[in-house]
Amino acid sequence: MLNYIWFGMMAIAVIVGMFTGRIEAVTQAAIDMARLSVEIAIGLIGIMALWLGIMKIAEESGLIRIIARALRPITVRLFPDVPPDHPAMGSIVLNMSANMLGLGNAATPLGLKAMEELQALNPNKDTASNAMVMFLAINTSSVQLILPATVVALMGAVSSEIFITTILATLCSTIAAIIAVKFLEKRKRFAYAPAADSTGGREHD
Amino acid sequence: MIESMVGSLNWLAKFIIPGLLVGIPLYAMAAKKVKVYEVFVVGAKDGFTIAVRIIPYLVAILVAIGMFRASGALDVLLTLLAPLLNFIGFPPENLPLAMMRPLSGSGSLGLLTDVVNEYGPDSLQAKIGATMYGSSETTFYVLAVYFGSVGVIRSRHAIPAGLFADAVGAISAVYICHWLLV
Repeated sequence: MLNYIWFGMMAIAVIVGMFTGRIEAVTQAAIDMARLSVEIAIGLIGIMALWLGIMKIAEESGLIRIIARALRPITVRLFPDVPPDHPAMGSIVLNMSANMLGLGNAATPLGLKAMEELQALNPNKDTASNAMVMFLAINTSSVQLILPATVVALMGAVSSEIFITTILATLCSTIAAIIAVKFLEKRKRFAYAPAADSTGGREHD
Repeated sequence: MIESMVGSLNWLAKFIIPGLLVGIPLYAMAAKKVKVYEVFVVGAKDGFTIAVRIIPYLVAILVAIGMFRASGALDVLLTLLAPLLNFIGFPPENLPLAMMRPLSGSGSLGLLTDVVNEYGPDSLQAKIGATMYGSSETTFYVLAVYFGSVGVIRSRHAIPAGLFADAVGAISAVYICHWLLV
């Protein structure tokens, strides 16, 4: 699917850009974004190193296991393929907590750590496992207890009203994400299959 | 009451990161005699490799999104979708934001700022917009970073599930705001 979306976005951009006379802006955007991607990645190095170092200490001290065990009743239902005491569960829980508290800087390194541990359990390294897709879906629809600082700055005194509506809206989207993942992972089109098969690669996107 | 709760939560949030940075090594030293400095450095070493590993995935996704945004294709898509969204009562002022949210964080923040500036923070449009912005993530960026960091290229149902959740989030933001704030 990513193949079609990726190509589709660029192809549509070029076609629409020709009609709207913005073709130069499209070209410029491609170059700017390529540069920005590297800046984002380089900017991540320090924060990644900091949190991965702290996470290593948490792991060595057994804290990750303690955290994983505490939330076991929830995590085993969401991630049935992951052993309940696996360190991946601890990283997943920490990433979700960081997201809930609006700690974006900490959430990404913790999430990537969780991905790495889920990948260790994944037999087909280039294909997302059920647990990985579930983790990603919960992550992108994550429940947030603390409003982003940008929203507070924009909305001022009205922020406290937004606080409640945001929590309820994220709750809806998180539930929708979980249901969608559980429903779609059983579909043949999205089956977890090795690279070579007879479906013409349609579900491999 | 809500105001003081939000205030104290935001106040508490300031202490979470410093608390973790000191608390985790403290526990490790006190309870398990972990050599914290040595262990930290071993863990931190992966920071570089992971950050560099995501570059190709980020370039692919962000370039496509950047081109799409710059071409004005979003406006075309909005015109095409408008009849359907009017039918379910989706406010047209918040539509660009809802469409932009999964694609770009800075882009959607810009659109939210436009709505707030035009209608004022007290308006229902701004409240719906802020709820939408706060309740969702830049799905494509997160997918590129998270899957890219481990070299996963076949994302299976991640995009349909993510976009479905984004749509549910945006629509529920509209209904929740109408229900609670009108």
